[in-house]
Amino acid sequence: MNLVTPDFGLLFWMVLSFAILLFILKKFAWKPVLKMIKEREESIAKQLDSAKAAKEQMEQLTAENEKIMRQARAEREEMLRDAKATKDKIVAEAQDAAKIEADKIIAAARLEIQAEKDAAMAELSEKVGQLSVEIAEKILRRELSNETKQGDFMKKLVADISLN
Amino acid sequence: MDLLKRAVLILLIFFAAMPLSAQESEEGNGFQPGPFIMNHIGDAYEWHITTINDTHISVPLPCILYSEKSGFHFFSSSNFHHGHAEYEGFRISESEQYKGKIVEMINGEEVRPWDFSITKNVFAMLFSMVLLCIIFIGMARNYRKNVGKAPHGFYNLVEPLVLFIRDDIAIASIGKKHADRYMPFLMTVFFFIFINNLLGLIPIFPGGANLTGNIAITCVLACFVFLITTFSGKREYWQDIFWPKTVPLWLKVPPIIPAVELAGMFIKPVVLMVRLFANITAGHIIALSFYSLIFLFGSYAVGAGALVFTIFMSCLELLVAFIQAYVFTLLSAIYFGMAVAEEHEPEKVPAA
Repeated sequence: MNLVTPDFGLLFWMVLSFAILLFILKKFAWKPVLKMIKEREESIAKQLDSAKAAKEQMEQLTAENEKIMRQARAEREEMLRDAKATKDKIVAEAQDAAKIEADKIIAAARLEIQAEKDAAMAELSEKVGQLSVEIAEKILRRELSNETKQGDFMKKLVADISLN
Repeated sequence: MDLLKRAVLILLIFFAAMPLSAQESEEGNGFQPGPFIMNHIGDAYEWHITTINDTHISVPLPCILYSEKSGFHFFSSSNFHHGHAEYEGFRISESEQYKGKIVEMINGEEVRPWDFSITKNVFAMLFSMVLLCIIFIGMARNYRKNVGKAPHGFYNLVEPLVLFIRDDIAIASIGKKHADRYMPFLMTVFFFIFINNLLGLIPIFPGGANLTGNIAITCVLACFVFLITTFSGKREYWQDIFWPKTVPLWLKVPPIIPAVELAGMFIKPVVLMVRLFANITAGHIIALSFYSLIFLFGSYAVGAGALVFTIFMSCLELLVAFIQAYVFTLLSAIYFGMAVAEEHEPEKVPAA
């Protein structure tokens, strides 16, 4: 049957032209096209990779930043706590020192007061003594101007001495 | 909208007029669907376009003949006057054996010369090849112009096909290592079959030749596949044919399995050849049979019905055009993959 008998001429032309077509398309079409597609895919893949790497880097940076922030916050808190402690200490120390000083001053003042008081008392008693002698002199002068009285007095003095 | 309506109207008038004129011209001896169909799916020395009132309108094609008696001949097929005349001792045979072929009359006997004529199919093949070259060399140029950018326009439609062949056919069946080597052949075969299947669906010149439904064309394609498979067969491929590891000894010593495998080597390309040929030819025969119904009945009602069926069949044939190109390419790729497969994985025998 004609339909299933390959025709010689058609076979000949097909082999020849298909081989030529294969050669031409391979050289001028498939190679550049496939190469170009491959290159494009590779560049896209590379860009995706680099985008991913950048994203990872960003994440790392963010994490690092957060860590630094957290550290800084902790440090600040510690510093505040330290400062507060130092302040408390300084205040306490100052109070103590002030108290000691005050005590010292008070003590010194007390001593001085005592000394002044003693001095004043000494002076007073001296003054009193002088005044007493003066008064006694005056009294005696008046009393001894009269003979009888002189005698009485003498007697009395004698009595006192005997009693002693 | 107005333009569309007018176009539809003109088409309707055109289609309505067609069967009438055809019927008139065939009235002499009645319409015979058999020869009509066979004529359309076969080869021819001229490209017949239409016949109006017994005037044949066709594109003449060159005849190139070599006769052992009278040497080379080169002339236009129009010299045969559509098969009615003899020229330089040659004529188009009407005998059972050489029907429709050029024969030389030697001593009153028909002798077939070496026939290198550019027939309808050769012309269609060359036309499709020029088309392929224009499309794909243009594609390469377009890609070179826009390096690193996505293609645009028509090439944006072609690229998914290229990627489909590369990723889902070549790499999937051959493996990443060897796929690149076979890509040019697979792409050429795929696009050659696909474009010729599509051109075959176009009813007027330069389409309509039943090229991929011609056994010579599919035979050459299958031979290429066979040669490439055989020459790229590695040690494991030949071992699988002549001394397969997983087959028990008693099947190998009287070479039962090797004989089957050896036959398989040749059956595979033969199946490729027959499948493409049969599918495309069958599609053409069905479409033409529906057209024949119109002329057989000569009624507008049957014409309308047949038209609907023909449109349906054409849609189906569009699908078949792609599927057959895909199947041919896929099976070729699978055969190449078998030839270059390096480690043979023993098939799992289900425990039963």
